[in-house]
Amino acid sequence: MSEAMQSRPAARTGGLTGAKVGTFLARQGILIAFVLFMVGFTVANERFLEPDNILGVIRSSAILGVMALGVTFVVISGNLDLSVGSLMSFSTIVVLDLHDKLGPALAIPAMFAMTLAIGAVIGFLVGYLRLNSLIVTLGMLSAIHGLTLTYSGGQNMDIADKEGTWFSVFGQGEALGIPVPILIFAALAALLGIVLAKTPFGRKVYAVGGNGTAATFSGIRRARVVFSCYLVSAFCVATAGLIQASRSMGSQNTVGQGMELEVLAAVILGGASLMGGSGTIFKTVIGVLILGFIQNGLLLIGLEFYVQYVVTWIIIILAVWLDVAAKRGRLLSPIA
Amino acid sequence: MTDKTPALRLENIVKTFPGVRALDGVSFEVLPGEVHALMGENGAGKSTLMKVLGGIHQPNEGRILVGEEPVVMANPLDAKAKGIVFIHQELSLAEELTVAENIYLGELPRKSFGRVDWKTLHARTDEILAQLKVGFDARTVVGTLSIANQQMVEIARALTVDAKAVIFDEPTASLTDAEKVVLFEVIEDLKRQGVGIIYISHRMEEIFRITDRISVLRDGQYRGTLVTAETDEDEVTQLMIGRSLDLSRNESHAELGDVAVEVRGLSCGDLYRDVSFEIRRGEVVGFYGLVGAGRTEIAETLFGLREPSFGQILLDGEEVRLHSPADAIARGISLVPEDRKGQGLVLGMNCRDNMTLPQVDDLKAGPFVAEGAEVAIFDQYRDRLDIRTPGWRQLVGNLSGGNQQKIVIGKWLSMHPTLLIVDEPTRGIDVGSKSEIHKLVRDLAAQGYAVMVISSEMPEVLHVSDRIVAMYHGELIRSFTSDEVTEDNLIQAISGIRPDEKAA
Repeated sequence: MSEAMQSRPAARTGGLTGAKVGTFLARQGILIAFVLFMVGFTVANERFLEPDNILGVIRSSAILGVMALGVTFVVISGNLDLSVGSLMSFSTIVVLDLHDKLGPALAIPAMFAMTLAIGAVIGFLVGYLRLNSLIVTLGMLSAIHGLTLTYSGGQNMDIADKEGTWFSVFGQGEALGIPVPILIFAALAALLGIVLAKTPFGRKVYAVGGNGTAATFSGIRRARVVFSCYLVSAFCVATAGLIQASRSMGSQNTVGQGMELEVLAAVILGGASLMGGSGTIFKTVIGVLILGFIQNGLLLIGLEFYVQYVVTWIIIILAVWLDVAAKRGRLLSPIA
Repeated sequence: MTDKTPALRLENIVKTFPGVRALDGVSFEVLPGEVHALMGENGAGKSTLMKVLGGIHQPNEGRILVGEEPVVMANPLDAKAKGIVFIHQELSLAEELTVAENIYLGELPRKSFGRVDWKTLHARTDEILAQLKVGFDARTVVGTLSIANQQMVEIARALTVDAKAVIFDEPTASLTDAEKVVLFEVIEDLKRQGVGIIYISHRMEEIFRITDRISVLRDGQYRGTLVTAETDEDEVTQLMIGRSLDLSRNESHAELGDVAVEVRGLSCGDLYRDVSFEIRRGEVVGFYGLVGAGRTEIAETLFGLREPSFGQILLDGEEVRLHSPADAIARGISLVPEDRKGQGLVLGMNCRDNMTLPQVDDLKAGPFVAEGAEVAIFDQYRDRLDIRTPGWRQLVGNLSGGNQQKIVIGKWLSMHPTLLIVDEPTRGIDVGSKSEIHKLVRDLAAQGYAVMVISSEMPEVLHVSDRIVAMYHGELIRSFTSDEVTEDNLIQAISGIRPDEKAA
């Protein structure tokens, strides 16, 4: 048995460059998957990379994207929002109905106020009453759907005079050759990106999601932060509803149905953790684009619409798996 | 000793991670019936070594022998099957299940059609529990047990396999003194059965009380093994950090200022009753007592986390009502909580953002966070508190316990609080950082802060306090000046024995 002191010179060299490349790959797993999909689709159909197609994809992703921006706040704060699809239907129906009754100038703020009021109810339940966000927003998904049907009497809503109103600008307009929905998406992404990354509120959202107890112990009013995140989400949903209504000038009661899952997929695809505390607006935008391009690529390849559902979700799960595997450094979970 | 075959032997273990050589040729052995302490400062490589032993990491070089036989641990289950059992600091029990179900989870005795044979299960479990002389039975739901008893369940689980080596990782971290005694008896029993025991702890008193030999790691390297009976704390400490530590009574008497905080007749349900005390600027008041004496609960009340049922809190002579930590912080009360990782820090956030979190609303340039001002604050307190981190971008979760604690302290110092409460300031922190934190607390008092220190470690309380308040079952028994206090009268006080004549 050795009782003598042993000292060896510390050997701390080697492997640094390899490690850096590894770390880079691990951080950018989703981006790499994105590039691979793009290359794959381009090889399969050369129209995929044409500017018209790309602009078209972004435009059709804009509604989903705007909603995902708000949900990013909610997810980073450590909660979920499954009510956004249903709330978007509500916003769309309300603004279409009020358009003919009050005129667009009043209909839009009225719709925003109503949508934000519903967001405030959710925020109150999750933030102040500390109810589980999954249950609250799943319940609100149904409740809001019922509210929408009650409001519309189950009827589709249409704007009577589709030609004689400036309301169409949000969904169909163009500025500098770029469709307005893309501009709204970009502007809102820039604004919320700055709010999240640069303001005290953004910092508090990360803190609350990262460790809510520690945030409370640092004097952050956690309930208020969570409440505000649901208001941000509702604001984004109202904006998405506005674009949707303006694009179609008429709508069914179920226009946003199922979008809550696509939105969540985009946020997670971007790399936000469902546990809260991580994610960025930029990453969410990437997630939205990946989702949009996958769906477009599948369409161009000529897959049937219904098959796309299946393939889209297989690709999402694959991408998330690759991302997680890259972070772990191995394909399968380390602990059996 | 050398003629026995070791229960467990590690030979020249090397484990590297990208850019780091976490274990650099570590060798040591545990004999059957021996309690072998493994010591080292945080970051010395103890955790990595345990993960190698537990099959969570595979070593790059070296081999592990159980008895005569070289083994490879593929995963934690495999390690257990090979007779290496861990008693973790953080318990891994299913709280909703009974003691018996937890102990035999995954290998419940069966009857026909896959039904659980409850009778056999409970009989076997009670047999093991009898060995441990615990006060609960096989049918008790684990969630209803104290932490100490939950630990006993973990130990019982270890006894179900033919354990060659049992590894205790900081087992006394959340135990009271009485519970420790029981644990040490159990360890003695295991010893007699010829099990080799690796005992990881930062607490010197325990190490010298129960271990036979001490092996020390530093910077991932093996530093030597000492026979406990032939060495002393100083030598071990020297080996661990290369400098000796002073653990004596506080002799310095800071200039006392005005009363910063006064508590009058404060009660909160059953948690504490009719507690009154005051803390002056420049004074460190230590709150000593057993777990459950009500110390932390008083701190929580002062920090706005727990509303009192009666009584008053006065800050600078003015009565305040505190309904939330935000209220308390606005009034100049800060808390360095006991659970550093759970309550003190957002581990996934960087050092700077953690440090400035409470004042992020005040550090503004227009609508934005003034990041320059944040970095300035971070730099100032990194230098002042000697926080060792590559930079402010480092995630707090990557720092050692001592440096994490300094981040929490820096977070409050940068706001210049009236009262700083520190609850168990050195729990789970290595010896070197411990003495630094003690010195820091003294320095803060010298700078005119009122400091309330809650601690379960008597050397710590003696070392940092100007006055010591002894609590027992929610009551303040006695308040000592540092001249009056002795180990004996302090132990009496926290056992509920009041002095015949109350100190004026």
